[in-house]
Amino acid sequence: MNSIAPAVELIEVTRHFGDVKALNAVSLTIQQGEFFAMLGPSGSGKTTCLRLIAGFDQPSSGHIRIAGQDATALPPYERDVNTVFQDYALFPHMTLGDNIGYSLMLKKVPKSERLKRVADMLDLVQLSGLEHRKPAQLSGGQRQRVALARALVNQPKMLLLDEPLGALDLKLRQQMQIELKTIQRQLGITFIFVTHDQEEALTMSDRLAVFNQGKIEQMGSPVEVYERPATAFVANFVGVSNWISGQLAQLLTGSAQSFVLRPEKIQMLDPNLPPPADLCSAMGKIKNILYLGMYTRYEIGLQPEGLLSVVEQNRQSSHWAEGDAVRLLWQREHLVMI
Amino acid sequence: MRSNRAGSHQAGIGLKLAAAAVLFFLYFPFGVILLYTFTTEDSAYTFPPPGLTLNWFQVAWQRRDLWQALEISLQVASIATGIAIVLGTMAALAVYRSRFFGRETISFVLLLPIALPGIVTGIALRSAIDVLGIPFSIWTIVVGHATFCIVLIYNNVLAGLRRTSRSLTKASMDLGADGLQTFRYITLPTLGTALLAGGMLAFALSFDEVIVTVFTAGQQATLPVWILDQLTRPRQRPVTNVAAVFVIALTFVPILFANWLTRRKL
Repeated sequence: MNSIAPAVELIEVTRHFGDVKALNAVSLTIQQGEFFAMLGPSGSGKTTCLRLIAGFDQPSSGHIRIAGQDATALPPYERDVNTVFQDYALFPHMTLGDNIGYSLMLKKVPKSERLKRVADMLDLVQLSGLEHRKPAQLSGGQRQRVALARALVNQPKMLLLDEPLGALDLKLRQQMQIELKTIQRQLGITFIFVTHDQEEALTMSDRLAVFNQGKIEQMGSPVEVYERPATAFVANFVGVSNWISGQLAQLLTGSAQSFVLRPEKIQMLDPNLPPPADLCSAMGKIKNILYLGMYTRYEIGLQPEGLLSVVEQNRQSSHWAEGDAVRLLWQREHLVMI
Repeated sequence: MRSNRAGSHQAGIGLKLAAAAVLFFLYFPFGVILLYTFTTEDSAYTFPPPGLTLNWFQVAWQRRDLWQALEISLQVASIATGIAIVLGTMAALAVYRSRFFGRETISFVLLLPIALPGIVTGIALRSAIDVLGIPFSIWTIVVGHATFCIVLIYNNVLAGLRRTSRSLTKASMDLGADGLQTFRYITLPTLGTALLAGGMLAFALSFDEVIVTVFTAGQQATLPVWILDQLTRPRQRPVTNVAAVFVIALTFVPILFANWLTRRKL
């Protein structure tokens, strides 16, 4: 109704299955037109959250509002929300045209208009002219596009995507990531995207929520979540982190307060060169070198103890060897206290 | 290399002979049946037949009892299959969709009739019908046949349901269909093949079932029971052959139809 109302609001939503709390008093607001990712390991509650928004499941307690209106108990077919399923769920006995036009057929849209809108959708997902194919005759990537077209043809206010790229190979996945984002911008529809792939969540979303054990650990833009992880879980789940606490923290910063330091924020320097004055530094020895193509990861043993991970882009070929002594440098602002 | 390739394309003489022998073993009896449809003998089959005649077709055409038996068979098979399709599908949907107390037991109880020897089912049904004082009729045969026809439908539909992904119904609801529309447009069509296969199997099984029929029938004879009965009589024996040839011709229709259906899919 109200165009300023958030696309979806979850208010203290809990869902438990027996004793297990799949979702524990989660509150969350997603604005209209946002590309929102729900990120977390399996069993973290992200999929439960999506099912509740779609209406496949009802919360044990709490409220769900869609576009400002209470939708807690509405069945899926009365919500202005469509879903792209993990296994695509294309109807195998129907042609692509009938698959995509299914919701229009149910709404009794006249056939000529139905055909036109189906053709428009096929255009959008770059499958023009394949109306008469059956799902079994398509590749995985094409099925994915059909599922997307079918969910979008009805012009929903919100599109839910449940690990939609999980079944695709890497190249196709990267291509679809860009395409999804383009389509979302073009249509201006709210996309809510569930994934366990942190890279995917960072690449695609405007904002993301990191789920763990039925709760949201952190919510924010990809940059915020990556650069300023709020908890040790987020620091470890989103990207690679050095998580340092106790004695080692005391040694490096002079305080026992634990902190996170991303490996790419650390520079390695010849120990014989004088350290720049405004940077923090520590001495260590290279224990392991892992060459990863675009970059190299070094495991540095600190003196007298502790291990730090450092990543360097392979702009030039590396001159470091295992056993080399190194001086590690970083800026104080890159330490994230947790 | 060359001999290897030739070997994979061209079967050896031994294999060819074996294949021919198997095919002969399978189809020779049909040939015998067909041959003695034309014999001039009335009661014994001697080889070679002393003479050939088309007379038996005319005799068969005039035998009212034969046509009545065929009619009863077709009626019983269609009604039993119809009952089985409705009840078997409902049972399969219930067992697949929901978890309830006694779910495993129901599955087991439904499957039991096909595992039990027909003679046990037959005796059990006969005593039960006797005790209840129900007169034996075509309907008691139908009930007897439905017991094992349900199993076939139930099994086929359950397998069909397991093959189709659960998210199909969810997707349908998500796209705006209520429960009834989802059943009509999604569940039923995806089960179509399973129902057709199960239905044909159930029909065929009912059509040539003898043991349970004998125990549950009153005066009515189905075609197989009639044929069995004829074999013990010395007169007009080739009429049974004519009936058998007729049945063979009749069963070809659904087989060809099923073949056409599966081919059209691809």
